[in-house]
Amino acid sequence: MLNNFFGFKPDRSKYPSVNEDGSLNIDLSSHQYTKLWLGPNHPGVTGNMAMELTLNGDEIVEGKTHVGYLHRGFEKLIERRLFVQGFPTSIRMCVAEPDTNEYLIAACTEELSGYDKQIPDMAKWLRMLSLEMARLQGLLRGVPGQAGTYSLGIGVQWGVYLRDLILDRFEELTGARVYHMYIIPGGVRGLLPEGFKARMEDNLKDIDDFIVRIKKLMFDNAIFKKRSIGQGIVTKEMVDKYGVVGTTARASGVKRDVRKDNPYLFYDQLDFDPPTAEEGDIYARTFVRWQELIQTVDLIRQIMAKMPEKGDIRAQMPNVLNWRIPKGETYVRIESGRGEYGMYYVTDGSDKPRRVNLRGPSYTHGVALLEDLLVNTNIADIHALMVSLQTCPPEIER
Amino acid sequence: MNIKDIFTPFTAWSGVLKDPVTIKNPIGREAAPRYRGFHDNDINVCIGCGTCEAICENQAIDLVPVDGIDTKSGDSGLRPKIDYGRCCWCALCVDICTTDSLRLTNEYTWVDTDADNFRFIPGVDPKDWYEKEDGWRKPVPNYNFYGKERVHMGELHADERSDSFIEFVKGYSKEQAQQEADRCVSCGICTATCPAHMGIPEYIKAVRNDDMEEGMRVLYETNPLPEICGRICTHKCEDVCSVGHTGDALSIRWLKRYIADQIPADTDKYKDILGTGDLAKNGKKIAIIGSGPSGLSAAHYLALLGYSCTIFEKLPKAGGMMRYGIPEYRLPYDQIDKDVDYIAALGVEFKYNVNIGTDITLEQLEKDYDAVFSGTGLHLGRSTRIPGSDNENVYQSVDLLRDIVLEKPVPVKERVVVIGGGNVAMDITRSMARLQMQQFGKVNVITTSLEDEEHMPADREEIVEAREEGCSIIPGYGPQEIIIEDGKVKGLKVWKCLSIFDEKGMFNPKFDQAEERVFEGDMVIESIGQGMDLSYLTEEIKSKIEFNNRGRIVVDADFQAKGLPWLFVGGDIIEGPDVIHGIANGHRAAMGIDKFLNQGR
Repeated sequence: MLNNFFGFKPDRSKYPSVNEDGSLNIDLSSHQYTKLWLGPNHPGVTGNMAMELTLNGDEIVEGKTHVGYLHRGFEKLIERRLFVQGFPTSIRMCVAEPDTNEYLIAACTEELSGYDKQIPDMAKWLRMLSLEMARLQGLLRGVPGQAGTYSLGIGVQWGVYLRDLILDRFEELTGARVYHMYIIPGGVRGLLPEGFKARMEDNLKDIDDFIVRIKKLMFDNAIFKKRSIGQGIVTKEMVDKYGVVGTTARASGVKRDVRKDNPYLFYDQLDFDPPTAEEGDIYARTFVRWQELIQTVDLIRQIMAKMPEKGDIRAQMPNVLNWRIPKGETYVRIESGRGEYGMYYVTDGSDKPRRVNLRGPSYTHGVALLEDLLVNTNIADIHALMVSLQTCPPEIER
Repeated sequence: MNIKDIFTPFTAWSGVLKDPVTIKNPIGREAAPRYRGFHDNDINVCIGCGTCEAICENQAIDLVPVDGIDTKSGDSGLRPKIDYGRCCWCALCVDICTTDSLRLTNEYTWVDTDADNFRFIPGVDPKDWYEKEDGWRKPVPNYNFYGKERVHMGELHADERSDSFIEFVKGYSKEQAQQEADRCVSCGICTATCPAHMGIPEYIKAVRNDDMEEGMRVLYETNPLPEICGRICTHKCEDVCSVGHTGDALSIRWLKRYIADQIPADTDKYKDILGTGDLAKNGKKIAIIGSGPSGLSAAHYLALLGYSCTIFEKLPKAGGMMRYGIPEYRLPYDQIDKDVDYIAALGVEFKYNVNIGTDITLEQLEKDYDAVFSGTGLHLGRSTRIPGSDNENVYQSVDLLRDIVLEKPVPVKERVVVIGGGNVAMDITRSMARLQMQQFGKVNVITTSLEDEEHMPADREEIVEAREEGCSIIPGYGPQEIIIEDGKVKGLKVWKCLSIFDEKGMFNPKFDQAEERVFEGDMVIESIGQGMDLSYLTEEIKSKIEFNNRGRIVVDADFQAKGLPWLFVGGDIIEGPDVIHGIANGHRAAMGIDKFLNQGR
């Protein structure tokens, strides 16, 4: 009893009772349970989808995820556009890391048209730089954002400021801050501007400092530990059962990283080892992401040191207005900040794709896995759980 | 968890004394030099090709007419209007812009209470940001949305061709043709400029799709002489090709030749492809004078409408200037025959060696036929009328070129001087060089023109190729006297030409006497233009029709002669001179004849 009082652990000995077939006996007319709809009421990450919760007090006994409020039909829109016209649409599928979508469209079209061998090295290095910068800005928001869900706002402020600096670098490299539209079929759309590396290095130094400070703020924080350790545990068995990927899988002890397992671009030339943890709870996931923040800063330094100074940025491709790709299909996967991120792409010999299907990590993390993890969670921890699973409803629904 | 964890987070207070990092005035913040903000367009460079509209994935761009910009050859007169309710700032429009006129500035903050203001024409509607240099421009290096370099057609080396009249430009292979056709952005600027308004983007698309039969159908919609035009057309389309603004223009002419070359010389096959196997006759008869491009074109389209056409030709074979003016190395006779045979197969009757005026009169034609089309062309050489030009060793290029085709004896001397800088001058220069090579084993032809090298009217490749074949092209000199000694031509005295036209734009060349040169030669060929021979028109007819101040017959839009409704006139004597104008005239005259004869219907 005392433990329950201090550990905020509910007494689950009586409710809910279990039926003979194993299902929960939730009788709403008994006045012991409450139905609560959480969302869709918010333009932010966790509020784009709805959760139908059955509560016992402030504890969740059953949770159902409902998506469908954000469906924009982007895949169909891309299927009705020329190959080169797809990328400005694709980035809207996932705001958090738009570059991943750009790269996937480019990689799919290049592979199916046979131009993947002709992409200039310079373009490949710039693509890697842009993808790692996208990961970095995502982590700068995601890592302190985890504390933000527990109302620790100061880390979010630090992170957003540093993310803005990375967006400044994106702005000068790609011409835009959020929707970069930089990676295009055949290559990229610009070389590094003069003095880019020096300015980037200045920002990375600030981020180094931030990494130390955020550790003290979050990971050596009694409240953060209290609320995240032991919460939302994804076990090793669940990783394969649900198809969990990325940092979520790595925090459960499954070392799974497309950059290592199936290297693309020049990732095989970079020196890195994806961080892992064993616990599989919210704390472990956040801590793995914090380690990945260190690693991403290091990767950007490696890329800037190894990339050539000059070179072509785009392969000589057919006229974009007349470009037809022979019949074929492919599935290209890469490691985004949230995990394995893939695109299924079918062409039929015409000037437009026949089928485009995006398969992001949120689809498993944020729908099926979340339903499982919601049970027995306190209502105040739902957002922490969703953020720790890196749920991104725009990518679930496209 | 330990007691330290309770106090460590308070280290965040160390930031309290630091300067804030927020920007006080975000509105005034200058964006990066590459930032994609609002559009700007250099409307004087822009040609309104509409490629931006074609690539825009949101249909945010509309090409609209703009006050003060007129539609002209090579410029649609339209300019892009951007709808910022749709624009996603991807700048694909900038990346594909054929003239590099469109760009995005780095201005991104603009507030307006009227939503309609967010639809404007960049470069036309005044905006504050046009003077900003920064913004998105087409990336460099080697970033092209379409091929910039032309696929060259193979040709025989000068050594191999200089003594022979065989065609020296080889055709495209399938791969070459498709690679070249891929560069087309299908803007249609060419179609508007082509006198015959050929469906150029459509037949280039047929090349891309490897559908030669569709290509033939597109060609024959507006041009019944594709083999000929595919070789010697003056390709005004290529001069205005939008792709040519920042790269090589498309080889539109060679692609046309490629399509026509793929179809075998079989009139039944032609009829099968073009669906002309069974043409109903309407019982009306049309007489056509001259079998040049305008006459053949008129006959073809009249035959398709069911008219029975008879072509009267003074010379032994059909083709007019195309056969008797253009040397065989540029246009082989079998290719002329291929086009002519198909027109004959449509039921057009050819009467050769018939001289209108002597063998049969125009009045007789009027009686025997429902209407007459005359496209008699420019077959009279013009003389410079300088001292000595009446010598027997001074020739006219048209006469010599005709004699070469007729296989009459052509006088060839060891040293030849040609006066003229047009394509006909190049034709006679290169023909004489070949004859010299055959007879003497060496070339000695000097060609001089009033115009300087830059302004010579001849096609650039003609000049280059003539030089490759050993001819001397010396532009910028005006002929003053043909030096005659003992009745024999010794050379041509020329002065440096300073200017050709006076302030009023009239032909009035100025010379620098101090810079005098003598081009030595045993014969001089004048090639300074041709005149028309209208002697077949009787005085009575002449009194009924009108002539303009250049001596040309006045016709209306249907090429119907003013004053004589049954007489239609076209070809070089009206417009041109070139083949494609003749084809266009003939086509429109055919429509005019149909209108005239079916007015009551």
